Amino acid sequence: MPMNAGTFILVAVVKIVIAVFVLLTACAYTVWLERKVVGHIQNRWGPTRVGPFGLLQPLADGLKFILKEDLTPPYVNRTIYILAPMLALTMALTSIALIPVGPVIHAFGISTPIQITGVVNSATGRGADINIGLLIILGITSLGVYGIALAGWSSNSKYSLLGALRASAQMVSYEIALGLSLVGVLILSGTFSLHAIVEMQQGTWFGFIPKWNIFRGQIFAFFIYLMAAFAETNRVPFDLPEAESELVAGYHTEYSAMKFAMFFVAEYANMITVACLASILFLGGWSGPVFGPAILQALLPVFWFALRIVFFMFVYIWVRGTLPRFRYDQLMGFGWKFLFPLALANILITALVVAWRA
Amino acid sequence: MLETVLFLIFAAICVGGAINLLAQKHPISSALSLIVVMGSLAMVYLLLGAEFVAAVQIIIYAGAIMVLFVFVIMLLNAGEEERSATGSRVAMVLGVPGLLAAAVTTGWVLTRHGPASTPVVLGEFHGSAHAIGRLLFHEFLLPFEVTSVLILVAIMGAVVLARRGE
Repeated sequence: MPMNAGTFILVAVVKIVIAVFVLLTACAYTVWLERKVVGHIQNRWGPTRVGPFGLLQPLADGLKFILKEDLTPPYVNRTIYILAPMLALTMALTSIALIPVGPVIHAFGISTPIQITGVVNSATGRGADINIGLLIILGITSLGVYGIALAGWSSNSKYSLLGALRASAQMVSYEIALGLSLVGVLILSGTFSLHAIVEMQQGTWFGFIPKWNIFRGQIFAFFIYLMAAFAETNRVPFDLPEAESELVAGYHTEYSAMKFAMFFVAEYANMITVACLASILFLGGWSGPVFGPAILQALLPVFWFALRIVFFMFVYIWVRGTLPRFRYDQLMGFGWKFLFPLALANILITALVVAWRA
Repeated sequence: MLETVLFLIFAAICVGGAINLLAQKHPISSALSLIVVMGSLAMVYLLLGAEFVAAVQIIIYAGAIMVLFVFVIMLLNAGEEERSATGSRVAMVLGVPGLLAAAVTTGWVLTRHGPASTPVVLGEFHGSAHAIGRLLFHEFLLPFEVTSVLILVAIMGAVVLARRGE
């Protein structure tokens, strides 16, 4: 049933509110998970005081950020200093709009896919989204660099500036490996539409091997993507832009209270977006066993999708608790001399195999 | 109706950004204005139904080239531009009439002698990645490959120039 414009806007607003709420909560609890897991890796308990297992700790942290004094240091470029955290957070929260979380659901006489930019194709009754979804996500991610670069520059402090310079060089370099690692998947699927890419990976071979892209020869691409994604989100072992042993806190040294919290949330939101993209492109999105009554059938795909995100978050934290930080020249060498040629080789081999089969 | 409103909004942002680019004294502000121009140009491409070009415009120009611009400005810590108090007298006298004449002539030529065109309907996408790939690798294969070789030569030239100091 096609919807009229009013219903469409209402559904879209409901989806946006839910997505922003879920994303921010997920960011808060990723921080909690990180403190817990890193604590256990280092033989500590992590947060335990606020609520059972420290579960209310994110709430206390949020309250602390709101109540702290919002300090603007003198000699900063005020306009850009205020603009930068907004830019970082906006870009981080925007890209989630293009992520398909589940297939089409039917509720209250309305059919809609669980994706903000998704619609139902009235001819087939299946979900559809914009043709260039993946490219738009890459574009928004690449605009996120400005938040960090401008924050460092406008702070008028040497630590901030050095952090921002490192961040922009690193993110531009690793964007190449990141983008090229996705080309193999694109050759296999022949579309930029994220919804279509997930639909293509449903089903299994011989009843137990899922038809995920990672099992279609994209396993190297997956690991290239994962490593480039760590660098894109400035996480250990590539967290040079905020290396606390050399740069105090890097690009956000001069930020306090909510402005600092905005960078913090932006970083975790970016981690979640990158994890979403990894599960959509390589791990079959929301595919998984679906059974039971109608309500369970609608919610299980979302659960399988969320499970993959939690897995990636755990990997992020695990790596952080295990690996030391790279040196800066090693970081650049690794990106340009190892990941970049490997991604090119992957494209070449995938293209040859696809051409051979055609 | 909707497409006209959207076009006017993004065209206004684009022209405003371009004027701000010239008016700003600080290189970072000018670079940011240029990013605004790139972004609104991408929206205009999208209105024309060229979705792939719009996305590439954002990724390449706004996301990569301008990041390098900002990077270099930050690295050199470029300060505010110094301007001489008196401008060129010729530009002051001839600037506005010359600009108007150029705009009118271009508009007249384009409306009278431009190629026959059919208006694009909002929501129809003709410039899909599929169509562009087909054009590049079938009709325009040779120019495309020649351009790639040109870019390769430029990269090699840059590497040679950069290594000369060692």
